[in-house]
Amino acid sequence: MVSRNEKHTDVVIVGFGWVGAIMARELTQAGLNVVALERGPRRDTWPEGAYPSSIDELTHNTRHALFLQPSQSTVTVRHRDSDVAAPYRQLAAFLPGTGVGGAGLHWSGCHWRISPVELRLRSHYEERYGKDFIPQDMTIQDWGVSYEELEPHFAFAESVFGTSGQAYKVNGKIVGDGNPFDADRSTPFPLPAMKNTYSAELYSKAAAECGYHPFRIPSANASQAYTNPYGCQMGACTFCGFCSGYACYNYSKASPNVNILPALERESRFELRAECDVLKVETDSSGKKATGVIYRTSKGEEVRQTADIVILASFAYNNPYLLLLSGIGQPYDPKTGEGTVGRNFVYQNESGVTLFFGQDKFTNPFIGAGGNGVAIDDFNADNFDHGPLGFVGGAPIWVNQAGSKPISSAAVPKGTPQWGAHWKKAVKDNFQHTISIHAHGTNMAFRDCYLSLDPTYSDTAGRPLLRITFNWHDNDVKMIRYVTDRMADIGRAMKPESMSVETKEFGEEFDLRHYQTTHIAGGAIMGTSPKDSVVNRYLQHWDVSNLFVIGSSAFPQGIGYNPTGIVAALAYWSAKAIRERYLKSPGPMVQA
Amino acid sequence: MKWRLFPVLAGAICVMQSSGAYADDADLIKRGAYVAVLGDCEACHTAHDGKYLAGGLALQSPIGAIYSTNITPDRDTGIGTWTYEDFAHLMRRGIRKDGSSVYPAMPYPSYSKMTDEDLQALYAYLTQGVAPVSLKNRAPDIPWLLSARWPLAIWRLLFAPSPAPPLLSASHDETPDVLVERGRYLVEGPGHCGSCHTPRNLVLAEKVQTAADGPKYLSGGFIVDNWVAPSLRSDDAGGLVGWTSEDIVAFLKTGRNRHGATFGAMNGVITHSTSLTNDHDLMAIAAFLKTLGPPQDVSVEAFRYDDAVSRQLSAGKMPSEGARIYVDRCAACHRTDGHGYPGVFPPLAGNPVLQGPDATSAAHIILSGGRLPGVAAAPSSLVMGSYRDVLDDQQIADLVTFLGQSWGNHGAAMTASQVAKIRQATTDEKKPAGE
Repeated sequence: MVSRNEKHTDVVIVGFGWVGAIMARELTQAGLNVVALERGPRRDTWPEGAYPSSIDELTHNTRHALFLQPSQSTVTVRHRDSDVAAPYRQLAAFLPGTGVGGAGLHWSGCHWRISPVELRLRSHYEERYGKDFIPQDMTIQDWGVSYEELEPHFAFAESVFGTSGQAYKVNGKIVGDGNPFDADRSTPFPLPAMKNTYSAELYSKAAAECGYHPFRIPSANASQAYTNPYGCQMGACTFCGFCSGYACYNYSKASPNVNILPALERESRFELRAECDVLKVETDSSGKKATGVIYRTSKGEEVRQTADIVILASFAYNNPYLLLLSGIGQPYDPKTGEGTVGRNFVYQNESGVTLFFGQDKFTNPFIGAGGNGVAIDDFNADNFDHGPLGFVGGAPIWVNQAGSKPISSAAVPKGTPQWGAHWKKAVKDNFQHTISIHAHGTNMAFRDCYLSLDPTYSDTAGRPLLRITFNWHDNDVKMIRYVTDRMADIGRAMKPESMSVETKEFGEEFDLRHYQTTHIAGGAIMGTSPKDSVVNRYLQHWDVSNLFVIGSSAFPQGIGYNPTGIVAALAYWSAKAIRERYLKSPGPMVQA
Repeated sequence: MKWRLFPVLAGAICVMQSSGAYADDADLIKRGAYVAVLGDCEACHTAHDGKYLAGGLALQSPIGAIYSTNITPDRDTGIGTWTYEDFAHLMRRGIRKDGSSVYPAMPYPSYSKMTDEDLQALYAYLTQGVAPVSLKNRAPDIPWLLSARWPLAIWRLLFAPSPAPPLLSASHDETPDVLVERGRYLVEGPGHCGSCHTPRNLVLAEKVQTAADGPKYLSGGFIVDNWVAPSLRSDDAGGLVGWTSEDIVAFLKTGRNRHGATFGAMNGVITHSTSLTNDHDLMAIAAFLKTLGPPQDVSVEAFRYDDAVSRQLSAGKMPSEGARIYVDRCAACHRTDGHGYPGVFPPLAGNPVLQGPDATSAAHIILSGGRLPGVAAAPSSLVMGSYRDVLDDQQIADLVTFLGQSWGNHGAAMTASQVAKIRQATTDEKKPAGE
């Protein structure tokens, strides 16, 4: 029962991570009053990130201090339609963020753009490899926006994030030893690339020997002190290694809290309400206009916030979840292929090799930064010939030494017992002498992987939980096995004493019990037609034109890179369309 | 809290637009709002989480707490019934409407130098531009006898100068002399910088009132709430010898510059006054401060960086226990070379806090941490956390001693018992000291 109405506002934003912060900043600058609603608590560098309590692995990594606890809300998961989904009761495979800053507070800081071909993936593969190359049940499609259109927004987002990196090509001119597969850039990175760790140096050398093209990963861990266009400041990264899962104590990792909120909070048109869990988006009787949202406060009070524009900016799967709960759009039905909400749910597809060196080679893995390292893109996107390989997709391969923490970092060679004195000795012997290489690749969209409302389980507010139906497909196993073999070649070129390889087996099912990645995407995808997408190229809902759904939920299929870079660029792109077009003439910006 | 001024200004602008008849008044109120910024009325007359200018802030004095008064135009509890003459009498002479004398915490000896023009604008703002708040003034927590106000009248006769406001044009002329004179007016008058930065005598009177009175003016040393107010003269014992005018302007505007960052009692001054002061006036303040030579009894040599400690630390050699603690706890931000990241994490090499004869501020920052105020020109409110629960008294003493002797600094050493006293006196500071 709604017990109270808040004063009407121009814009209400659901979720205050990167997207919420960017949209709030852009729209208050356009003269609009903005209310942002964040489900979790207020968080900032102090006290959540205060040294030394912030670098406590037990609190953060083991007990997941910054993440949404399943006791508050969770999802159910199953592999296929014939299974009954079970609730995800222990955080492991992916870690949904909550609180002010969202995933932008606990991320690592790998800050990529995207390969232009991935934005028109179906068209590109059909053009290069023929229409029959893409399997029948693979529902990949084009995004409806081009790299050239997004480029200025990638560039501006990098200036806001204080991204460190080395460009390859700026305005058509080769400027340095960046990634030769990168698309053209209009600007160099705002900060020079981070320094390499020893492990990244060894990897770089070996990858070049193998004939590949190593480059330094663009990182939103600042290589120098920095002041961004909003006047917000960052300190230089110290390679302390506490990035992913932690709030950076040093103001070195870009976050909405460090890079946008200080400027935004001085804006009288902006209001941030924490601990406000949005239950649904309301529409008028026509169903074509959003009128606002209803949210629940931490005291259990239900409040209505009306607004002229509603922006969903919550964690990946929560955007489609809110659409399903609100009855906006047609839920996807895998049997008929009809409906769009929940369609093309995707994940990321990873593998790794660990190299063990002798006692005389110190790799010092405790030194690190989340966005630091060296990668090759030779097997990402369509930078290699897929014709004879028979799969769609690829993966960057990198040494991303993010700092090994004392509890979770205990790499031991194959054959070591899993506990006891021998295990302890192996941990001790190897801790200082290992290097990990990872492939971080695409997961294609398939007809039978989707989101829907769970018929069995509900949360404390009585809402049905979101149900994930997801499993690995042969295409992705083929891809990751191929890329893992290339990765192992580079690993061997680094001449370790031994090497262990972790990859996927055909028929292997999605396993929730081990951390893989929090890079979840899809479910409210963007596209060129309302038949197969939820939002148009401006992230505007096809049917409800004053509703914008922004975030990785808009990815039509998985990408090779980490998602934050393109999520931020899409937010700036959408904000520009709202400012320059929508506000002048509210209504659909693309005619269906 | 930061934005309370703005509805008033916006209101004043609306009045100006809506009716030409009120334009002069609105303009006067607007100028008065700016004078209130220059005089930093808010610093004392607004309590933490209190209503704007309604008073009630406790000011600690050696004989007990004094509470600032309500200066909103409320007729019963504020200054709503005061005439301009009543107001000017207080500002120039320290005598209230009822004839009693105010405590010298009210810097009327400085305000006495303000022009009639500024006082009239300020009066217009306080009586017409500020929302009235009903809040009774609170009696001081000072025991009887000491609380009698008649000694204040004697104090006033002995120490307060006879008011003779300088005639000052409000011109924005930037010729050096005019700029310096404007700066002198701002610093000696409304800015009342001497209240903290000039040493006081045994009965808490500022030893001197103006630059013309000699080199004790703004020579620092006064301790407010366990913060040492540094010298603002061109000396190297905590003064501004190495600071250019641009450095001073950047510091006042943003609370940070390439030499250091604001802390402690100065944070409120930055937030409510200097960050809102226009650039011309900031340049004037800087131009005036740069005319102040060193006090007679301290060295004038500029800080010279010495890389000996830096080389030792990067070679993994720890010259002292303080050095070891520094590398473990501080060097990530302030760096082993002591240069920090200027403008973000303050340099410690050459930092004025670490040059003077009294290292109280350094120990206080380590104990309580610090929060840079976020201001319009630099919104990031960067925080150094508290080390109260991380380092013990001996460790902090070792650390402060190391800092004062490294990279060419010539600051004071500190003992564990000195740290213990500061720890005890600041025990309520659970959060990094900030605005």
